[in-house]
Amino acid sequence: MKSLVPILTVVAAIMVLWYGAAVWMNSQWTLDQAARAGTEPSFSFIVADTMAQDRPKLPAPHQVISELYDTVIDKKITSKRSLVFHAWITLSATLLGFVFGTFAGILLAVGIVHNRAMDMSVMPWAIASQTIPILAIAPMIIVVMNSMGIQGLVPKAFISAYLSFFPVVVGMVKGLRSPGAMQLDLMRTYHASQPETFWKLRLPASMPYLFTSLKVGIAASLVGAIVGELPTGAVRGLGARMLSGSYYGQTIQIWSALIMAAVLAASLVAIVGIIQRITLKRMGLAQ
Amino acid sequence: MIWVVAALLFWAGAWWLNAWLAGSNMAATRAVKLAVPVIFGVTILVVWEALVRGLQVPGVILPPPTVIGAKFAASLAILWEDFVQTFMKGALTGFIIGCGAAVGTAIAIDRSPFLQRGLLPVGNFIAALPIIGTAPILVMWFGFDWQSKAAVVVVMVFFPMLVNTVQGLASSEVMQRDLMKTYSASYWQTLFKLRLPAAMPFIFNGLKISTTLALIGAIVAEFFGSPIRGMGFRISTEVGRLGLDMVWAEITVAAIAGSAFYGTVALIEKGVTFWHPSQRS
Repeated sequence: MKSLVPILTVVAAIMVLWYGAAVWMNSQWTLDQAARAGTEPSFSFIVADTMAQDRPKLPAPHQVISELYDTVIDKKITSKRSLVFHAWITLSATLLGFVFGTFAGILLAVGIVHNRAMDMSVMPWAIASQTIPILAIAPMIIVVMNSMGIQGLVPKAFISAYLSFFPVVVGMVKGLRSPGAMQLDLMRTYHASQPETFWKLRLPASMPYLFTSLKVGIAASLVGAIVGELPTGAVRGLGARMLSGSYYGQTIQIWSALIMAAVLAASLVAIVGIIQRITLKRMGLAQ
Repeated sequence: MIWVVAALLFWAGAWWLNAWLAGSNMAATRAVKLAVPVIFGVTILVVWEALVRGLQVPGVILPPPTVIGAKFAASLAILWEDFVQTFMKGALTGFIIGCGAAVGTAIAIDRSPFLQRGLLPVGNFIAALPIIGTAPILVMWFGFDWQSKAAVVVVMVFFPMLVNTVQGLASSEVMQRDLMKTYSASYWQTLFKLRLPAAMPFIFNGLKISTTLALIGAIVAEFFGSPIRGMGFRISTEVGRLGLDMVWAEITVAAIAGSAFYGTVALIEKGVTFWHPSQRS
């Protein structure tokens, strides 16, 4: 609560800056128009005009909000012009990929923890792969899968899965290794088998680490799905909205797609955060 | 068929070798620690090559490594031009401007707890957003050439860097700051002699995250428009022409550039934060 006032102040300052920048960046167009018409625009006219251009360089916040209202609430969600429809296309690919990537990541992590050869051969590559711009292969995956006859949801989900896979592997390995020697020794004195040690000690101990990587992973998944929509010139999804907006100079459309993506990302991370808090609380791990 | 069998045999042999190495009593030595992942990597390349040849996978789906290698060697000039355009001009310029601006901003807001409380949550929030989406907007503002790519990189690295630096500046202990006060050190003396050095592990953490982001930003921004050179441009056009060997060659360049960039920052970190527990062995 204590930080609410500062946050609001910062947000308000960003809004003021945004309006100022909108006037500054769009005024050139207004001045050009006026020069062509041979009139001398007054300052108040310039300001009013920069707020209401069709294709502004930087749309003012209220233009973006009204476009969002128009495409989110006014349009039917089955309509191709509804932003909810496009967001759902992107979200479904994100979630599908995220679930697969997470499961594959957890499985590999379990293998790495239990098999020394696997640990020594795979782990350095898993860590090194995080320094590589994996996103660069997105267009290739889309086109290759397209040429194999796979289209639509699956290729995008594949990219999402790929992006969320490595953070989960690295975090989960750390988590499964987090029980100390004391705790492992205790399990041994109980004569616990390896599966028992895994289910009763390693897996519960890894949960805080898992959730931290899940938050990174789901944000990466969304980015993957958005970028995955670019190369096919796809007609559906938030990435496609951005691309077609940039082709046709529809800046308001780009900004509203961007805000939608931001809301989506924030809510996905927040949902994972809530699940994390509930789970850790019930396990008695929360501070 | 013979290729597939050879691939499986090679896989089994390499796996056995790795398992033996990992289980032997030399497993802790440096050489074995290096050899095992290298064997694994080579195995993947060999199996890839053999399976592509054995199952006669068309080159437009997955070219074998030897073809990619040949293409890489044959088009070094183009690859270098793309590398300079995307990495040197786009990613590196943006990285330096973005990280510099973020550290400057962090020092500026550090004096005001009010701004810190307001900016940090907002910064954390923005750092989690798909900032790559601003690429089409920035390409529109700054034109097709590398300036717009640098701008995307600046926006991408700014917030992770800001959050890390602010955290780092807060990491010196009260005791240490009190000591500086008893020395009657000025604000700037405290900043340069105590707080910035103490912040270095956090700053380098941010720099390391930013290396990957910078390369991703520069490449993806080229998908939205670019002059006729650059890694992202080459990838998207060659994919369109089904020249997958060239795409893989560019990806190899991106991988090398990414890990070399990260490695360089990590090396500098080792020199600068030699006192930190994580660097002592």
